[in-house]
Amino acid sequence: MEFTRRSGITALAAAPLLVALSACNRGGGEGGEDALDIALISKGFQHQFWQAVKKGAEEAAEEHGVTISFDGPAAETEIDSQLQMFQAAIDRAPDAICFAALDPEACVPLYDRAEGADIPIVEFDAGCDSDYSQNLAATDNKAAGAIAAEHLAEAIGGKGEIAIVAHSQINATSVDRRDGFVEYIEENNPDIAIVDIQYGDGDHLKSADVAKAMIGANDLVGMYGTNEGSAIGVVNAVKELGLSGEEIKVVGFDSGSAQQEAIRDGVMLGAVTQDPQSIGRLTVEAAISAVKGEDLEEFTDTGSYWYDADNIDDDEIQAMVYD
Amino acid sequence: MSSSENGAAVATEARAGGTTAAPSTPAWRAWLQQGLAFGTLIALLLFFWAASPRFLTWSNISGVLLATAVIGILALGTTFVITTAGIDLSIGTGMTLCSVMTGIFAVDLGLPMPLAVLLGILTGGVIGLLNGLNVAILGLPPFIATLAMMMIAQGLALVISGVSPIYFNDVPSFQSIALGTLIPGLPNAVLIMFLVAALAWFLLSKTIFGRITVAIGSNEEAARLSGIDTRRWKLIIYIVAGLFTGVAGVVMASRLGSAQPQLGVGYELQAIAAVIIGGTSLMGGRGSITGTLIGALIMSVLINGLRILSIQTEWQNVVVGIVIALAVFFDTLRNKRSA
Repeated sequence: MEFTRRSGITALAAAPLLVALSACNRGGGEGGEDALDIALISKGFQHQFWQAVKKGAEEAAEEHGVTISFDGPAAETEIDSQLQMFQAAIDRAPDAICFAALDPEACVPLYDRAEGADIPIVEFDAGCDSDYSQNLAATDNKAAGAIAAEHLAEAIGGKGEIAIVAHSQINATSVDRRDGFVEYIEENNPDIAIVDIQYGDGDHLKSADVAKAMIGANDLVGMYGTNEGSAIGVVNAVKELGLSGEEIKVVGFDSGSAQQEAIRDGVMLGAVTQDPQSIGRLTVEAAISAVKGEDLEEFTDTGSYWYDADNIDDDEIQAMVYD
Repeated sequence: MSSSENGAAVATEARAGGTTAAPSTPAWRAWLQQGLAFGTLIALLLFFWAASPRFLTWSNISGVLLATAVIGILALGTTFVITTAGIDLSIGTGMTLCSVMTGIFAVDLGLPMPLAVLLGILTGGVIGLLNGLNVAILGLPPFIATLAMMMIAQGLALVISGVSPIYFNDVPSFQSIALGTLIPGLPNAVLIMFLVAALAWFLLSKTIFGRITVAIGSNEEAARLSGIDTRRWKLIIYIVAGLFTGVAGVVMASRLGSAQPQLGVGYELQAIAAVIIGGTSLMGGRGSITGTLIGALIMSVLINGLRILSIQTEWQNVVVGIVIALAVFFDTLRNKRSA
């Protein structure tokens, strides 16, 4: 119940008009006088991934006795509404701000303002083109894309046509996961041709239709989806066309119960998972260090891991995937 | 979604420009518009067939039809609202709310599947009822009333689902609603779309409900003065559109095997674009169900064909945007001539 109600409050924050109001609510905080107040502004809150980041952040907050707030826009295209949340956070003057940039440029002026207000910033998931931030805790998405490429290449015996359904042309996570994958294939597998790369906005339905068109237009032996929605789209396309996981090898990204089920059923070869709870936890810990004035590394790789039917039930994997 | 936003901007402009409702147009004009839409569809099919041998395969065509189903059903319902010179922006997220409610009824409450589906569709009716009350009884502009409902439905879908997808794994028959094949090779979702289209066609062209819908759109004041209870009928029209939204929600959830609470934004604009391409006037008074169906098919054939040809997604958006702009241009041109 608690979870649902909190989500409800966050859902209301989706309306830009209510952003300021929401920030006021949170400003009250639950912590005592001494507790540090840390504002996290994520790229979203609706996706399971962000819920897992939030969970990790909340656990770290409890462990270290700090108060956190967690806001994010309704969709990952709403750069403007994310900036308004950032501004509201600065106005509230917390001890530190943690930010996951939807756009690396649009946030620069607000970083200057935070610097003026002497509020330290640490970043998570994706950074801003500013020197003010002290640490970025994120998945090395290029390395993660390469992991996906390595396993797909091996599964198709190092030759044949493959295609990619990515979730955004702009978003850095999508671009890096795509490029990391493409670069690995180009360097190591000359007999594999990446015949098409298209974008489905991470929308399950749209990605399925994109994938079906690609399968129809080419003789694909493998496909790669760069996030949960893209990967499920590919899986649904393969299923709807009556193909099997043997005919087209599918590798995905992140988790969600549909993706886990597809891996267990053999429709999907496997997927790369990030460690969202670690992102949340390490971000809050970096923020605490920043407030204390400790030195921080520029980048913390929060890790990415391959999982398939063989290791999906291992404890380490189950700690990172979500339903 | 830039193409859709484009469509909205064009639509709003056309709306602001048209201060007077168009008088009833001669039959040949309606035929011209539909002929134009139908011709465009045939031309697109021929073009892509010539451009790629992979296009005109049954598997791809059935894929195109399946991709049309959700947007098509939304567009069919909203044709009634647009024919009254109204607009319904709540259909995208409203559809998502209906998916989520179907999930709640079928999975969380464990109701029998047909009952859960019925309640899911009725959720759409309730959304339509609230839209109708706001528009017809309280007199809010449809654009604002349904914009508010769009946000409310999105928020509620997230709150009710606890911000996580609801999977229908325990209701195995549920996926056959959209993906079963009563007609071999043709997904049921496509069949549902054509059945819904037949129903919508009957409602709009063969019933008093349809005639009043057109009358309200042509000249609401005249309709009222001639003894039609326009407020009550508008309420009913929004409810009907809402029920269509509910059907779309069920089809969507069935195809995905899950209710995804974060989806839906942007679908309303694609549906509205399909309606306009099909020749239904944004200024009201003229609606065409076959036109809407053709409009929805044009959108999905176009997108599918561009994908088959591996055209970059960015350019796909540009092309679809241009097609919508052209359709609205012809719409306003025709209205000017007939005025």
